[in-house]
Amino acid sequence: MRFGVVRFPGSCDVEDALHACSLAGEAVELWHADRGLHGVDAVVLPGGFSYGDYLRVGAIARFAPVMESVFEFARDGGLVLGICNGFQILCEAGLLPGALLPNTELRFICRQVDLEVVTADTPFTREATVGRRLSIPIKHTTGRYYAPDLDAIADQVVLRYTEDHNGSSRHIAGVCNEARNVFGLMPHPEHAVDPLTGSDDGLLIFRSMSLVGAVA
Amino acid sequence: MSTRVRVLVRPKAGILDPQGQAVERALPALGFDGVANVHVGRLIELDVEDPSRVAEMCERLLANPLIEDYEVVA
Repeated sequence: MRFGVVRFPGSCDVEDALHACSLAGEAVELWHADRGLHGVDAVVLPGGFSYGDYLRVGAIARFAPVMESVFEFARDGGLVLGICNGFQILCEAGLLPGALLPNTELRFICRQVDLEVVTADTPFTREATVGRRLSIPIKHTTGRYYAPDLDAIADQVVLRYTEDHNGSSRHIAGVCNEARNVFGLMPHPEHAVDPLTGSDDGLLIFRSMSLVGAVA
Repeated sequence: MSTRVRVLVRPKAGILDPQGQAVERALPALGFDGVANVHVGRLIELDVEDPSRVAEMCERLLANPLIEDYEVVA
């Protein structure tokens, strides 16, 4: 499995994302202004503040040249993982349902949280069992998940917070698209890949993705 | 020849607007009573050669129609 991590101007979690991917496969960096995906098997949109997050989070990055290729890649079934700002970009791009709004308390939140795996029927969670708890950090100001019709996307909810942190509807922490090959989450699995920093539960996501490569 | 256009973007009705709520709570503390339904949005000003394209700009970039309403003010 060859992962490609996209660097946008303002991305700040590229290094950790590359490191996490390298624990599950090969990891290369992709550049926002380069349409080429250079033969990667999965695309990771990392956390940060792409293009300064001006206007709305993810609103400008969604039009980056590399995103044209990401659209095609996703349409053809390629795995796309969006973490935090990456999740926001995927929602703005319409590749995932819903949107991320400012946290209810209007504050930056940075803490280790517990998540519950809602479905293992995705390429991103297939190493998990339903109901499994994952300890992974969140760090965001704009993470309140909203979708106009929550019932319509109920089977696309992949991860939930075990308690309220940011006002997200139904405690939703991560969702996938209908085809289940695009997944976005506000928590940062790339920051939870070594017990040294508190948890390695995030590895599950990268390992699950690499299994798909092996199967294909 | 370009036209000055203002676009008002506001949170959609029904979506929790914590910014508006924070402002609404702050005003009575300053002695401004009798204020309700405060919402905080965005004003975007632009000079455009073709004002007929502004609605499309709003739909594609200036607003996120899922969570925001917009109004074009000439």
